[in-house]
Amino acid sequence: MKAIVNISLKAGVLDSQGKAVHHALDSLHFNGVKDVRVGKQIVLQLDESDKEKAMADVTKMCEELLANTVIEDYEIELV
Amino acid sequence: MKVSILQFPGTNCEYDTQYAFEKLGATTEIVWHKAESLPTDTDLLVVAGGFSYGDYLRSGAIAKFSPVMKAVKEYAANGGKVLGICNGFQVLTESGLLPGALKRNEGLHFISKHHHLKIENNDNIFLQELNNGDVVNIPIAHHDGNYYIDEAGLRELEANNQILVRYTDAQGEIKNPNGSVASIAGVCNKEKNVFGLMPHPERAMEVLLGSDDGVAMLQGFVKSC
Repeated sequence: MKAIVNISLKAGVLDSQGKAVHHALDSLHFNGVKDVRVGKQIVLQLDESDKEKAMADVTKMCEELLANTVIEDYEIELV
Repeated sequence: MKVSILQFPGTNCEYDTQYAFEKLGATTEIVWHKAESLPTDTDLLVVAGGFSYGDYLRSGAIAKFSPVMKAVKEYAANGGKVLGICNGFQVLTESGLLPGALKRNEGLHFISKHHHLKIENNDNIFLQELNNGDVVNIPIAHHDGNYYIDEAGLRELEANNQILVRYTDAQGEIKNPNGSVASIAGVCNKEKNVFGLMPHPERAMEVLLGSDDGVAMLQGFVKSC
């Protein structure tokens, strides 16, 4: 099984990179963009085949290492 | 006085830190991150600056799981004095030994220059040799120095006098180089034995090199022993 973890700054925490990308898009005349948030994606190949167990494991990984929950949110997708 | 200085793969300020504390009369020992205990005569533990583990994932995020960090947590929990400078500050926030987190600088640039700092609270062993309102000139050199804490956390820092220094101009007026919440450059824990700051007092020990204001900052630790 594969786990895709998307990590982004929490809503309300200023995303300087997102702001810079938004500004660059504006200067390229892509005017329809309301907001940009830049995050990161971590893809994990897992031995685990039980979805519930995998979700629990990856959640623990996010809480302990993959995300800093003071400033970041994470979303886990299992495929 | 004995200062133990942590060294991770990628740490690069351990020898400057050693120079600074030896100049102030302390003896020093560099401790490799694989050590499972700290020298028993440690009076102050410094988590030195640099780029531990190449800043991979997040600055300080991987260093917090180095074997030595378990000993550091125990040392701090027993009232041992800990100082984290720059990457050391990031390691301490990642480890949960200090509140808040360090984000990418607001302007996205790596900033390396001298900057003024105002002493906010000197009711702690670190800054006891300075007065509140004093302005010091100390180098900063970081990419992820944008201090973040939520509003409730900020109120708590203020109520407990945990804000150590803020970024200012030479007159002590707020001047924020990196977007830090409330222009915060350094904080301590509630118990006031764990300290962290982004600026580098250990690089401000000689007038010839631009400033010796680091002497007044670091000698508080030496005098408290």
